[in-house]
Amino acid sequence: MIRWDAISWRFLRVWRRNFVTFRRIWKVNFLTPLLEPVFFIAAFGLGFAGLLGEVRYGGAAFSYPAFLAPALIAAAVMNNAFFETTYASFVRMYYQKTFDGMLATPLSLEEIMLAEIVWSASKAAAAAAIMLGVLSLFGLLLWPGALLVIPLAFLGGIAFGAIGLFFTGIVPTIEMFNLPIFLFVTPMFLFSGTFFPVSNLPLWAKPLALSFPLYHLVELCRLVCLGRSETVAFLSLGYLAVFAVFFTILALFFMRRRLIR
Amino acid sequence: MSLQAPILEVDGLRKVFRGRTAVDGVSFRVAAGECFGLLGPNGAGKTTTIRMLYGFSPPTAGTVRLFGMDLGRDWRRIRARIGVCQQDNTLDPDLSVEENLLVFAGYFAIGRREAAARAAELLEFFALTPRARSRVMDLSGGMIRRLILARALVNRPDLLILDEPTTGLDPQSRHQVWDRLEKLKASGLSAILTTHYMEEAARLCDRLVIVDRGRILVEGRPGELIRKHVGRQVVEIGGPDGALREYLKEQGLPHDDLGERILLYTAGDDGRVAAVREHFCLRRCTFRDATLEDVFLRLTGRELRE
Ligand SMILES: Nc1ncnc2c1ncn2[C@@H]1O[C@H](COP(=O)(O)OP(=O)(O)OP(=O)(O)O)[C@@H](O)[C@H]1O
Ligand SMILES: [Mg+2]
Repeated sequence: MIRWDAISWRFLRVWRRNFVTFRRIWKVNFLTPLLEPVFFIAAFGLGFAGLLGEVRYGGAAFSYPAFLAPALIAAAVMNNAFFETTYASFVRMYYQKTFDGMLATPLSLEEIMLAEIVWSASKAAAAAAIMLGVLSLFGLLLWPGALLVIPLAFLGGIAFGAIGLFFTGIVPTIEMFNLPIFLFVTPMFLFSGTFFPVSNLPLWAKPLALSFPLYHLVELCRLVCLGRSETVAFLSLGYLAVFAVFFTILALFFMRRRLIR
Repeated sequence: MSLQAPILEVDGLRKVFRGRTAVDGVSFRVAAGECFGLLGPNGAGKTTTIRMLYGFSPPTAGTVRLFGMDLGRDWRRIRARIGVCQQDNTLDPDLSVEENLLVFAGYFAIGRREAAARAAELLEFFALTPRARSRVMDLSGGMIRRLILARALVNRPDLLILDEPTTGLDPQSRHQVWDRLEKLKASGLSAILTTHYMEEAARLCDRLVIVDRGRILVEGRPGELIRKHVGRQVVEIGGPDGALREYLKEQGLPHDDLGERILLYTAGDDGRVAAVREHFCLRRCTFRDATLEDVFLRLTGRELRE
């Protein structure tokens, strides 16, 4: 049902539409990635300083803030992309009828949906870049390797944006997003090696963490920011890529089924 | 006009939603420069038809050809040449008035400088220039409609598709929209229009169809349809009595009996109508010209839809 031949570079025009609206409130949009890492590092670095010693990870010891910093970026990538293609896309689709308007122009549904996903990834990458800057001020990251976080954020953004748009294609009402957030986003945020190494988990819980795309993004971010990782980089990259492609296809399929009647 | 190839050819168009037929075999042609009307009660299938015309909904059966191209295959080239004014407000509330036009022009791959020039021109044409930087949400209903129209023209279309362009507007705004549409028509733009205002259809449309339950009931020029299905004049007789009813039946005069009122249709000089006016119009009686609304109500009935 997906019309692959209907995808062209025109999708960048839809991307631009989202960029124009983003630019209007850029100060607000930049505030979260600017302040969030400061709050987390302050809370865990200062508040927990006495409780948490060093974290052993990937065969080396790290201060807790250093261990946490790359994961904060990865989690922000997830949140930015996922919330963009769920709540924000749903509002555009259902309340603002933005896509209906676009479908009266030479744009195809596939281009519009692809643009939504790519936009969510761009927004996630922008947030990651800002966080990178802030966290570098704390001296927590390795330069220039940490710059690779930005392309990683884009890839992760595609993965989380795609699964978000897939949910937008199937939820009956906007309130129903609570479900994927409770069952998917929150557990992932807590158990993807974000706050503690997955190697600390009991054996039975490890495969679960391994299936989380956030886990692989966290690992890849740590690799480029700290120089250590507990996964094989190519496998993690491959997993994210396959996840991204799979859910992009599902998102296109279900959005077409939902919108074209 | 009739010598030219039609710019829109619709053949046997059908749309079935989960077993419910919304459009049931509609065929018509629209010539270049023509304004074609699609009238019908609520739920008649107008919007469903329109959506199939610009390739939003895939038809269950039938074909749509625009500018000699097949919509299924050449949808992108066709959409580049049409302007659509949807029934719902699909303006972008996240953008300003001007940005709405600029961003929309982008969807047609119109360059920035050209888009800016067209936006300025269209804002001027629709008297929106002072509100260029306003948020869409701050506009009145009339301004919103005008902006939707402006947006539909940003790609300089060869065919304008209008789904109820004046619904919900006050008389001032409606006349303003009509005025603009007439100017566009005079410049040679073809249009297809749905409306619930018969006055609008009679004023703007060269030709129209009345649809009901997904089927076309009649097709023709507004004036012709009025003469054929109603006549020239209508006599509305309030509080009719048995004697009048008897007389009408006896004489075989075309009329509609609404209980409290009888509408008597006449082609003009008719001695029998004069007799009715003389003998039965003692109480409330109105004489007026026949309108498209009479045609519409005669053909689609008077009971409520949906
Ligand atoms: N997506 C849909 N799914 C199911 N039924 C639909 C859908 N869209 C329209 N219909 C039905 O098809 C019929 C025709 O609807 P349509 O919107 O085309 O009517 P309309 O002539 O535009 O009416 P109105 O004057 O109220 O705008 C209606 O019975 C409507 O309920
Ligand atoms: Mg309609």
